[in-house]
Amino acid sequence: MNPTDASGILGFFTADGFAGYADPLAGIVFLIMLATTIIGGIIACNSERLVRAVAGLALCFIGVAAIYYYLNSPFVAMMQMLIYVGAVCITIAFAIMLAAPEENKKKGPAGPLSGPLGLITAGLATIGMIGLAVNTKFIVLPKVNMGGVKLIGAELLTSYSMVFELVSIVLLIAIIGSLIIARHGRSK
Amino acid sequence: MSLTILNAVIAVVAAIAFAAVNAAYLVWAERRGAGRIQRRPGPNVNGPLGLLQPPCDGIKLMAKQIMIPGGADKALFMVAPALAMAPAIMSFVTIPFSDTIVAHSMNVGVLMIFAFASLGAMSILLAGWGSRNKYAVMASVRAVSQNISYEIPMLITVITIVMMTGTMDLKELVAGQAGGMWNWNAVPSLASPLMPVSFLIFFICSLAETNRAPFDLGEAESELVAGFHTEYGSMGFGLFFMGEYANIVIGASLITILFLGGWGCPLGLFPGVWWFLLKIYILIFSFIWIRWTFPRTTIYGLLNLSWKILIPISLFNLLLTAGLLKVF
Repeated sequence: MNPTDASGILGFFTADGFAGYADPLAGIVFLIMLATTIIGGIIACNSERLVRAVAGLALCFIGVAAIYYYLNSPFVAMMQMLIYVGAVCITIAFAIMLAAPEENKKKGPAGPLSGPLGLITAGLATIGMIGLAVNTKFIVLPKVNMGGVKLIGAELLTSYSMVFELVSIVLLIAIIGSLIIARHGRSK
Repeated sequence: MSLTILNAVIAVVAAIAFAAVNAAYLVWAERRGAGRIQRRPGPNVNGPLGLLQPPCDGIKLMAKQIMIPGGADKALFMVAPALAMAPAIMSFVTIPFSDTIVAHSMNVGVLMIFAFASLGAMSILLAGWGSRNKYAVMASVRAVSQNISYEIPMLITVITIVMMTGTMDLKELVAGQAGGMWNWNAVPSLASPLMPVSFLIFFICSLAETNRAPFDLGEAESELVAGFHTEYGSMGFGLFFMGEYANIVIGASLITILFLGGWGCPLGLFPGVWWFLLKIYILIFSFIWIRWTFPRTTIYGLLNLSWKILIPISLFNLLLTAGLLKVF
């Protein structure tokens, strides 16, 4: 049941080898993951073609999944891949392809934050974030568990059952909302 | 530390080599099998039995110029073939070929394979859209709707198995079936009498997930030129082809691990990697056999089969198994 069990003859990616805090290689791997996430996010926000934006979003999600794996939760990492990349991104791309075969760029009126005001806001936010990052004393927490499936399942159904149920209500609302929108479209 | 990196490199190289060799020679096997079934020789000129055909094909594909059609989305067009092959190689990392031959055993091994397999649909979508060809777009929409619909009964079946065995670790799944074919998951047990049906559902779904005939709507040659890879030549096409065969090997391995006892012998003797390879190649042979014997279904028949037959049956099986597990 040990997720980092490297009992195979080719055992690799062990937690101690890669996630060791002082390991320079671990740092490089972590930076690659961060870069993947950020680049994916930038592509998702800035591309003019929607399908490219979805591809960027998928890249971003893969980066996040990698960070989860790095942080010793293989289960969450795999669910991130399965749900966000495998389901969400593909559904979005699918919807785009069904809805808009030819793209015609629509440029709405620019919002109030598009000019110098936006630059000021972005600058302030950046300074604030840098300040936070520099001034926070990061505490290295001890590893709680191995992030295994059984522990997460037990926690979800005991300590976090309320959150779990609330999330399902959110999903229910989303389903009902989409049904109402679709129904409205059909009656026209 | 350096040993870990060395191990990682060896594991990755081994996974890529296994995937590539299998992909190349399964193409040969498929063409020979097709020839045999259609009463023609198949590739038999290069080398004994035509065994040098795959390297020749590989050299040809790699030597060809990469053509990008005008109006295509260059970045997505180039990324899509790599995205078809890379997840398949990642999945090989966690597949246990025997008790000791596994690159990295994970306790969420089943999930990992499905997580990376779900990237395959993304590559088909990007390929179809990126090549700016209406046949390619139509094919990719078809292929993805098919992949989405068949992932559901497949995952429900996997949940049934996981519920029965209580583990997502591929090695533990095999260990639970050790001792002989009467212990295999494909055999009906007291807690899950419908296991052969699950096995059949999983088999059908893996055919559909790998876009194999009779479910190859994504590259229906008679309707859509060559489907989502119409615009691809040279190694772009080669990567799609290799990705498809690598996915077939993964599908066969997954069926073997989940239902057919992995590396265990049918009679409980001499468990080892040879049994695993024997089982996956028998399954792959049956995949090839089915492809060249059955005609292609229609898209409606395909989606109806999943949503109206396979999903209800697999859900019923899940509930039945859950109930019986509580009783026994």
